[in-house]
Amino acid sequence: MDRGIFARLVKNFVVYGLRIISLLLAVSIIAFTLVSASPIDPVQQYILGLGTAVSPEKRAEIEAYWGVNEPPVRRYLTWLNELLHGNMGESAIYRRPVSDILWERFANSLALMLCAWVLAGVIGFALGCVMGMYRDRLPDKIIKKVCYILSSMPTFWLGLLLLLVFSVWLGWFPIGFSSPIGVLSENVTVGQKIYHLILPAFTLSLMSFSNIALHTRQKLIDVLNSEYVLFARARGEGRWTVLCRHGLRNILLPALTLQFASFAELFGGSVMAENVFSYPGLGSAVSAAGLQGDVPLLLGITLFSTLFVSVGNLIANLLYGVIDPQIREVGR
Amino acid sequence: MEQKKDTLLEIHNLSVSFSMYGHGFERTNLKVISDLHLTVHPGEIVAIAGSSGSGKSLLASAILGILPDNAVVEGHLHYKGQELTPDLQKKLCGKEIALVPQSVAYLDPLMKVGAQVDGHCRPKPVQKRRKLFERLQLPDNTPRLYPFQLSGGMARRVLVSTALITDAELIIADEPTPGMSLYQALEALKMFREMADEGKAVVLITHDIDLAVEFADRVAVFYAGTTVETAPVSDFKAGVDALRHPYSKALWRALPQNGFEPVPGFQPYAGNLPRGCLFAPRCPYRTAECERQVPPVRELRGGEVRCYHGT
Repeated sequence: MDRGIFARLVKNFVVYGLRIISLLLAVSIIAFTLVSASPIDPVQQYILGLGTAVSPEKRAEIEAYWGVNEPPVRRYLTWLNELLHGNMGESAIYRRPVSDILWERFANSLALMLCAWVLAGVIGFALGCVMGMYRDRLPDKIIKKVCYILSSMPTFWLGLLLLLVFSVWLGWFPIGFSSPIGVLSENVTVGQKIYHLILPAFTLSLMSFSNIALHTRQKLIDVLNSEYVLFARARGEGRWTVLCRHGLRNILLPALTLQFASFAELFGGSVMAENVFSYPGLGSAVSAAGLQGDVPLLLGITLFSTLFVSVGNLIANLLYGVIDPQIREVGR
Repeated sequence: MEQKKDTLLEIHNLSVSFSMYGHGFERTNLKVISDLHLTVHPGEIVAIAGSSGSGKSLLASAILGILPDNAVVEGHLHYKGQELTPDLQKKLCGKEIALVPQSVAYLDPLMKVGAQVDGHCRPKPVQKRRKLFERLQLPDNTPRLYPFQLSGGMARRVLVSTALITDAELIIADEPTPGMSLYQALEALKMFREMADEGKAVVLITHDIDLAVEFADRVAVFYAGTTVETAPVSDFKAGVDALRHPYSKALWRALPQNGFEPVPGFQPYAGNLPRGCLFAPRCPYRTAECERQVPPVRELRGGEVRCYHGT
């Protein structure tokens, strides 16, 4: 029996792994094509970044070193070959290996996204339950409107608004960055880091919780209208007993799926939030790389984010098999 | 209204209608149960027979107070002489009045059967559940299964045990036996019979008239949302001449062992009910009177009938 589950798991992993690899290939090709078609001249951007004048001979030398004049297909294949050997290249704007920047920036972003993700999930689920329980009554109406307003606001605008209110007017939170200005990075305390994290994380979670809340509300309403809740009521279960015994059990699974599937939106939102708050994460790195034509960094981050989102979906898929008895028991 | 002391459940002139929007903003009331009568005494099993769409299951929902929000209930519903208000229903349901629902959809798909049968009240009646499951021939691993893993017959037996595990005075069983083996169905009905013999009561909603006749004390025949006849079970055994209402007779004749004779015509659809007697359009004995006015309920030979010509 157990061997069956194991074999199934392995098979799932292999199939999913192949899918992710083909997805990564496709994404890298599309990203590379787009970058090649971009009007931004990476060499020009690089020279601007140097801040000194460069002679035409030196410029030709850089072009030759970067292979800018080679056909795009060969450039792509060279890049792919290096990637397979573990070399992601060197970032033109940071002058450091792409993989180093990825890890460093990802650590910052991860803290931000994780906080926002947990916050959005918990708040969204709780508010969704409240809305479902008080369907079409005052609490539902108010929260629902707030959700609609929040989900129709652009992230950067909300970020600017929060920045204006809480940082500029009230002065409760710093204006930006992940640590205080003028303090050596070795001397930054965890408290300071968290202090700098609060506002961007809050902005990011405000963007995604309404989606989860509205979804949870609808699911709970479906469950409360089901025949098994009707029967539970006929057996004398009160509103809250029904919620605890049947409601939560039946809405948790879709909520979790949505939560893990929201990695993509989370990543997209973090690009906006990090730029508004000048937060040194992957999101601000990707926009810098895009604006300055830093091809290796841009491709590196694109691939990394693809992987990140796919892993989120993979976790959601696997969770289904673990949590939902209708799938788990049939697999036995 | 004065209530007889020995009635457990008394229903008079009950009607249930659904308010809904028809064309445009016009609001219409769709009457699905009209002028229904039913009396249940302690110690008896009352079977409710009738074709699909005759309002049997809706009656169960009305008694338990689990009708949809757009349903309007009118008439007298009394339990032990007290009016069955929504508050009283909330207090009694699951304790004094228990429902055996119709299908496995009434079980929470993500909760194990054992926990569901035990219910939400503490202490959990685990011992009692074991004994019930054993009597109903449910396998030992049943409590650990999820509803989707039950066969049709197992699901029915589990649903029956959700009611039998309570100390209810009144069980409303909505189609409890389909899918069970004959032995299991007999065992389930035997348990209902034992309950009734202890002074409790069972309302048995069923299509299976033969089985109902074996265990019930009285049979109420439903047609298009009303009771057309209530007869002692002996009349059903005696045959067509002992029955009072033309529809009951037709129903009896339609049974396979009694000739398998269909009644021409269709049961009228709610919203399109005839003005007078609901059975008049199909009735061979109808007169002008039947088409003009709904006949009142009258007592006849130890039963009740809603017909001008019933004999």
